[in-house]
Amino acid sequence: MFDDFMVRAALAGVGLMLAAGPLGCFVVWRRMAYFGDATAHAAILGVALALMFDVSTFWGVLATALAMATAVWSLSERGVGSDAVLGVFAHSALALGLVAVSLLEGIRVDLMSYLFGDILAVTTSDLFIIWAGGGVVAALLAWRWQSLLAATLDGDLALASGVNPRREQLCLTVALALVIAAAIKVVGALLIGAMLLIPAATARPFARTPEAMVVLAACFGGAAVLLGLAASYQWDTPTGPTIVSVAAGGYLASTLLASLRKS
Amino acid sequence: MRRGEALIEAKGLGVELGGRTVLHDVDFSLAPGEIVTVVGPNGSGKTTFLRALIGAVPPTEGAVRRKPGAVIGYVPQKLAIDRTLPITVARFLGMPRRQPAAAIEAALARAGMAELGGRQLAELSGGQMQRVLFARALLAEPDALVLDEPTQGLDQLGEASFYRLIETVRSDLGCAVLMVGHDLHVVMSAADRVICLNGHICCEGAPLAVSAAPEYRALFGHGTGGALALYRHEHDHSHEHGDGHDHGHDHGHSDAADGPGADANP
Repeated sequence: MFDDFMVRAALAGVGLMLAAGPLGCFVVWRRMAYFGDATAHAAILGVALALMFDVSTFWGVLATALAMATAVWSLSERGVGSDAVLGVFAHSALALGLVAVSLLEGIRVDLMSYLFGDILAVTTSDLFIIWAGGGVVAALLAWRWQSLLAATLDGDLALASGVNPRREQLCLTVALALVIAAAIKVVGALLIGAMLLIPAATARPFARTPEAMVVLAACFGGAAVLLGLAASYQWDTPTGPTIVSVAAGGYLASTLLASLRKS
Repeated sequence: MRRGEALIEAKGLGVELGGRTVLHDVDFSLAPGEIVTVVGPNGSGKTTFLRALIGAVPPTEGAVRRKPGAVIGYVPQKLAIDRTLPITVARFLGMPRRQPAAAIEAALARAGMAELGGRQLAELSGGQMQRVLFARALLAEPDALVLDEPTQGLDQLGEASFYRLIETVRSDLGCAVLMVGHDLHVVMSAADRVICLNGHICCEGAPLAVSAAPEYRALFGHGTGGALALYRHEHDHSHEHGDGHDHGHDHGHSDAADGPGADANP
């Protein structure tokens, strides 16, 4: 059954969203969207490095994503992590990565698959990596849930009740790098940000508690993957972008529904 | 009232933020059960002082010591809740440690917010938010309550009742209270000790002693009557002048800090 590429694609996408949905909520709550982009764009550099040193792309991407996330995080800690600085990091990381890939001699790299993902080419071992990475992230978030939430609401309040907000931020940083390393095969470096943000934003109007929002985000993300896969199969469109388009459609519907309910 | 080990203690505390010295040479200790109010002009380092005491700002000089095991309830000046984060008042109170529903209801009722547990945090008014933050601090059964301008956003009636609430809580729980005061007549009535802060401790002591101290008058006005009006006037005044004013003032002032009124401590 695992030989069927559609089944593998569905399992990969759903597995990813089980971690990316909840993590995306934190990205939205903490206004880390640019932070996520910068980290994701560094992934291309990771691909180049992995090919250069002949290691698996997962580890290459994980290493550069971690390095980028830590760099951006320490900058923002010192109060210089403005929107502009994060933007500079995000775009330069992408440009540097593309240059580095072009410098690789004797290797032809299908750049498109790393930029936009190639979910239909997911192998069984990819699947293992995605579920392992996603599982670690989901477990990390569940384990530290109360502290993460407290640190997200207010750093000083958290501190006064014995939660170190820096440690919680570090925890999210590691989780973000893990999700990006696991996701590069599925939606690619350019669209990971979308799969973090859109399901969480879609879930917001229907949630009254953070827990509900996290569960809904994972569900919406998973549904977007399945519908997107089906649509891309039906109309022969690129899979990653189709999944994101479906998610965006869901977001639009959710926003309209919410404003209708209000008026 | 002043027996037992100090709950929070600062020795020679100095804090620099962005290259600017916000606090210097601050010696302070909070005894179990006492109510201490900090007053001072805008930009005098009141909030930084509280944040340094709870450990949110690292001291650049000196040291802060909190009694091991002492529970500190902190109520910040305001809490900016991102509207993207859905959370009910009751859920907020159970963070970071989950609390039994009955305890949450009791704390809300005590803070005058009964039956508001199901409301979204982002929908609260400024005054309601202050009460919720206060209820949350109470839930932890603190040894010390640290409140940063807790009456901001309350009208005068609300303010008076809020300070009565603090006194009730102090006598019920026996906890110490350290707060940044914002209104003079309230400082007079509710505190055991007043600290007048302007980068350093200008003077401290019982409310009446402090209001008579020349250092205090230099900061808050010279008249004896109508203290409230004068305070308000000076408050606005220093605000307009901003940094330069504070600096010049600080300099002319440091000598006087060792003068007669400086240690009006009972």
